[in-house]
Amino acid sequence: MFNYRTGLSAAVCTLALLFAGCSSTKLDEEAPVESRNPATAAGTGAGTGGATGSGTSQSGVATVDLNKSGAGDANAAAMAQRTIYFDFDSFIVKDEYRPLLEAHAKALNANRSKRMMLEGHTDELGGREYNLALGQKRAEAVLKSLVLLGVMETQLEAVSFGEERPVSSATDEASRAKNRRVELKDK
Amino acid sequence: MNRPSHTCPILLNPPRRSFVGALAAAAAVPAAAQFRFEITGIGGTQIPVAVAAFRDEEKAPVSVASIVRADLQRSGLFRIVDAPGSYDETTRVAMADWRGRGADALAVGSVTRLADGRFDVRFKLWDLVRGEELLGKSNAALPADMRLAAHRVSDTIYQNLTGERGVFSTRIAFVTRAPGRYQLHVTDADGEGGQIALTSPDPIISPAWSPDGKDLAYVSFESQKAVVWVQNVGSGQRRMVANFRGTNSAPAWHPNGRELAVALSREGLTQIYMIARDGGAPRRLTNSPSIDTEPAFAPDGSQIYFVSDRGGGPQIYRMPAAGGSAERVTFSGGYNISPTISPDGKLMAFVSRQGGAYRLMSQPLPNGAPTPISDSDGDESPSFAPNGRLLVYTNRSQGRDVLMTTTIDGRIKSRLLTTGADMREPAWGPFGR
Repeated sequence: MFNYRTGLSAAVCTLALLFAGCSSTKLDEEAPVESRNPATAAGTGAGTGGATGSGTSQSGVATVDLNKSGAGDANAAAMAQRTIYFDFDSFIVKDEYRPLLEAHAKALNANRSKRMMLEGHTDELGGREYNLALGQKRAEAVLKSLVLLGVMETQLEAVSFGEERPVSSATDEASRAKNRRVELKDK
Repeated sequence: MNRPSHTCPILLNPPRRSFVGALAAAAAVPAAAQFRFEITGIGGTQIPVAVAAFRDEEKAPVSVASIVRADLQRSGLFRIVDAPGSYDETTRVAMADWRGRGADALAVGSVTRLADGRFDVRFKLWDLVRGEELLGKSNAALPADMRLAAHRVSDTIYQNLTGERGVFSTRIAFVTRAPGRYQLHVTDADGEGGQIALTSPDPIISPAWSPDGKDLAYVSFESQKAVVWVQNVGSGQRRMVANFRGTNSAPAWHPNGRELAVALSREGLTQIYMIARDGGAPRRLTNSPSIDTEPAFAPDGSQIYFVSDRGGGPQIYRMPAAGGSAERVTFSGGYNISPTISPDGKLMAFVSRQGGAYRLMSQPLPNGAPTPISDSDGDESPSFAPNGRLLVYTNRSQGRDVLMTTTIDGRIKSRLLTTGADMREPAWGPFGR
């Protein structure tokens, strides 16, 4: 049987090597979370806030904030995140997406019949065919990250839409940044 | 030669519409699509030519003489001289008068309706300088093929006066995008007479004509991933040619018409493969730890030009068509893509990023220096006319995608005027149809 815990931590080590700037990344640090989804922040916050151990403090009060969906469940929050953003002309899966990848890997590992499409996208700069290949390279990078977390390659398919399905059709850098992405979709 | 040239529209996923409604929507072709001129420089020598109105041409669905004049002018090799008055192919031409108007050549003709409903298009071409008749021709055409008949007149005049084949009766395929709808169009080389080969709610890219002009390969995202299809233009019959795990794209016909080069990601990164036109097992041609895509054959089929980021950014390389070691072809700038090779194999057109601009370039083969063909900043997807004199490409610097043609020296450009939709991904078809 696959030992999930050992398997996962080994995979995380390997994964860390794959990430950009991995030399400066310490695994015991809190992974930076993406600011656009407050749910993850709420989840990790609940853990450090109070009732963590049994009997260490009897006056600690854990705050549950219902304004933040998925509060108290970091995994559910990370699961709710399904988009990984990329820098210009880059295929590097940034370290901040580790919680997201781990959460989805956990679900895929728990259910081997579960399948996912990884859809790579680019901004509109440059040629359509080259962008299609770029989006594919991004999707493949996410696929490799998930495989290193124990997911079977047969559970995943990396595909690309290149520049054909932008989230935003505006041409400022903030909009382009939103278009450079891989979306994780259940199949 | 005179078969009707209908293309068959195919509708993907029209379930919530009635069939009639879907057809009506598909028929909403950009209305007045036509290439208009933007002369950006003075061409070399232009032959002054007069094309008189064809007698009784008003009885046909199109004005033959107007189409011929526009064709000749767009080529950049002719200057149109006014031709007032009524003439036909039987008129005795007063050479001196026409020379006085500055014309070196004169075309006169007529259109006659035949008993079977076709039109007989007759014309004569006069060499006014030497004072002799160059040729007389007659061609019967169905009413639906009258545009084609006019373009054939243009081709004949062009060939007689320049010594090269004209491309006016060829066709161009391209893709339009309106909100929620993508359409693969096939039009005459002047942008008119458009018909729709495919309508889809999902993106269509990279159309490519088979060498015989009967089939179009393209990439459709209708199954929510990129799949290469081949569709017969006349019948509308289509089949998947490459539908492997991952992305299937960038179809390029081998000049033999039996196989295509495609870019597949079935083994991870996008690499170039050969596949039979009916599908089957692909044969891998490139083996690099990088992106290899956009294959383009040399016209003799001996080599494949392609784009690879093996050196960092995307650059154009070439390799033997059977695969093997690749040689870098572009060295100037950090981003060179979308190679296409002229029919004589002597020139490569491609797109280069210069500063923030994406510009159409040409480069003599095998090892010449690149020259810009345009000074705009959003050029994409060039495709050579089959005589190698013109290129069609996309420009999207105006906030919209428009189709442009240019002479290969960049001096004379025309823009396809349309109503509304973005137009992109042009592919110039071969001679004959």
